[in-house]
Amino acid sequence: MLKTIIPFGPQHPVLPEPLHLKLTVEDEIITGVFPALGFVHRGLEQLVHIRDFQQMIQVVERVCGICSMIHATCYCQGIEALMEIDPPPRAKFLRTLWCEVHRIQSHLLWLGLFADCFGFESLFMQFWKIREKVLDINEATTGNRVIVSVNVIGGVRRDLSTEQMQWTCSELSWVQNEIACLKATLLSDYTVKKRTVGKGVLSKDKAFELGAVGPTARASGIAQDMRLLGYSALDQLDFEPVVETDGDCYARSKVRFQEVLQSIDLIRQAVSRMPAGEIRTKFKGRPAGEMFVRVEQPRGELFYYIKANGTKHLERLRIRTPTFANIPALLGMLPGMWLSDVPVVVLSIDPCISCTER
Amino acid sequence: MFQMMPNILKNLFFPKATRRYPRVVRSPFESSRGALFNDIEKCTFCSVCELKCPSQCIRVDKKAATWTYDPFACVFCGICVDICPPNSLYQKSAYRLPVAGRELITLTGVPRPKLEKKT
Repeated sequence: MLKTIIPFGPQHPVLPEPLHLKLTVEDEIITGVFPALGFVHRGLEQLVHIRDFQQMIQVVERVCGICSMIHATCYCQGIEALMEIDPPPRAKFLRTLWCEVHRIQSHLLWLGLFADCFGFESLFMQFWKIREKVLDINEATTGNRVIVSVNVIGGVRRDLSTEQMQWTCSELSWVQNEIACLKATLLSDYTVKKRTVGKGVLSKDKAFELGAVGPTARASGIAQDMRLLGYSALDQLDFEPVVETDGDCYARSKVRFQEVLQSIDLIRQAVSRMPAGEIRTKFKGRPAGEMFVRVEQPRGELFYYIKANGTKHLERLRIRTPTFANIPALLGMLPGMWLSDVPVVVLSIDPCISCTER
Repeated sequence: MFQMMPNILKNLFFPKATRRYPRVVRSPFESSRGALFNDIEKCTFCSVCELKCPSQCIRVDKKAATWTYDPFACVFCGICVDICPPNSLYQKSAYRLPVAGRELITLTGVPRPKLEKKT
């Protein structure tokens, strides 16, 4: 059989961001995949030589448009560890709260895009209708919709009143009820299952071997969640990672759906255990030394390496995002698939290309 | 498809999720970070906002007593408002209205007299 190479992307209706895959096909069955990246490289890591270490918070927030809070939390935790600053307990709880709000909105965005990639437009609109409420929570509590800009080295910039926290919980109850109405459609519908069950299977051993992270690894049965490290206030909250064993697109959507509910529960726990007190520790001096930090992004493990030399500019900042780690896993899933299933499988790892290319 | 039917029926009989913008405008949240303004009479032209701004959208000329702001480069982080020493900068909760062209906002105040050196 003659081999044909079909380009997938960088411009494709299903891709929100440019990813190029060279697909080798034999009679519409994928036999080989070769990825190409670098279409949206912005050189954000190099900006450490221009912006000082405090201004870099606003830069790292823009690495990813969807999970800005988690990037900033990771960066601030690294600098705080270098400078031996301990943020107040209330600031840690507030960070956890906003990180989980970000996780909810990112997962809802993905659930909508996933529905859209197999052509279920109305389900996509339903998920994004719910997501709008989560963005309202962001705007009412932090001031901005997506890039919230509340983190600062030593704590957070905004406090929440009791009324605001109660309002957040009541809005999340609405979100929970609305999601419950869509559960049957996403997880039991015949047409949806036909497009997702058994597609892009990644076994547990292969996921481990290829270094998959986040919901992609958890859907293959690896209970890996960086939140178990207990950063911010997560060591004081109770949760178990959501794990599925099938390793297909259906399992990945199930994991993300359940993680939305898990995040709502974590926010309720954070609100009920929120300590009183200061939200910011004052500090003096500049960071010096090397540090690496790991946190859990909606897509998986986020890794920051920071090298500082005691001046106001950092020497090196290296960011490894979860999509970068998940691309080998994606290449492992695609061979043997039909060409028509490629968009569903590509979307199932929740690719964030801007994140990956920084 | 049939699992979606309850949602479809619910959407038919419940109010719309969207509104007819710009005819119907929702009032902004109280603590939203919207348009940035400077009370130029209170401004001391100290340049702290220019130094701290992460997107370099503010230029201050102390001699000419001008404060220039590019609203299209601003990222609405509110850092300048937080650190402004005379509290002359403030953000409204509503966003700036759309305009046809890109423009800079320049405000001119009264130059502050130089402090005489103590002998």
